[in-house]
Amino acid sequence: MKIKCFGISRDITGADEVEIDISSNGISVSKLKGELLASYPGLSMVSQFFIAINHEYGGENDVINVDDEVAIIPPVSGG
Amino acid sequence: MKKNLLISDQPLSLDQCYDFILSDECGGNAIFVGTVRNHNKGESVKHLDFDTYEAMALKVMDEVADEAIEKFNIEKIVLHHRKGMVSISEKAVIIAVSSAHRDGAFQACRYAIDELKKRVPIWKKEYLENGSYWVNAHP
Repeated sequence: MKIKCFGISRDITGADEVEIDISSNGISVSKLKGELLASYPGLSMVSQFFIAINHEYGGENDVINVDDEVAIIPPVSGG
Repeated sequence: MKKNLLISDQPLSLDQCYDFILSDECGGNAIFVGTVRNHNKGESVKHLDFDTYEAMALKVMDEVADEAIEKFNIEKIVLHHRKGMVSISEKAVIIAVSSAHRDGAFQACRYAIDELKKRVPIWKKEYLENGSYWVNAHP
């Protein structure tokens, strides 16, 4: 599954999108965060990050399916 | 149309925002303009770069606009935000609100900028004399 990266998460992964293998049953947000932290330990330096699922903030227990649009959302700083 | 939302790599226009909110029914118009400051935490800032998750940012801006309309019974609202490189003193964000009376306009304007800063997926990178960093990214 492809995961979009923005802001500091793009700098840490070095890519606009990263690929994480998940089962066809999907994966919870908290589990995906664990996989991302294992693959990109630099993410642990970020104060916190959220996972967006189809342009909405995902809760920790929400399940992500393979065809969802998924993104890492580090702390925002617009305005 | 009650809402006007924009994320642009071009200079933001106050006239465009004001023209949109003007209404014969409204006597109170509030406009907030966020500009790029030349210093932060004692460091000299050279310029900013805004990264955006544009599709989601516009969706969340739309939600914030709907909430402001609902909570404060305003007539019209504008949320415009820059993306990409922005120079010192340039406009980074404009919130404009029209309402029958001033209270609703002030409150809605404050609500919209506060919620935008909390929730809209836009990221600010500050370029200093010696290097650059993402604002809010570290504890």
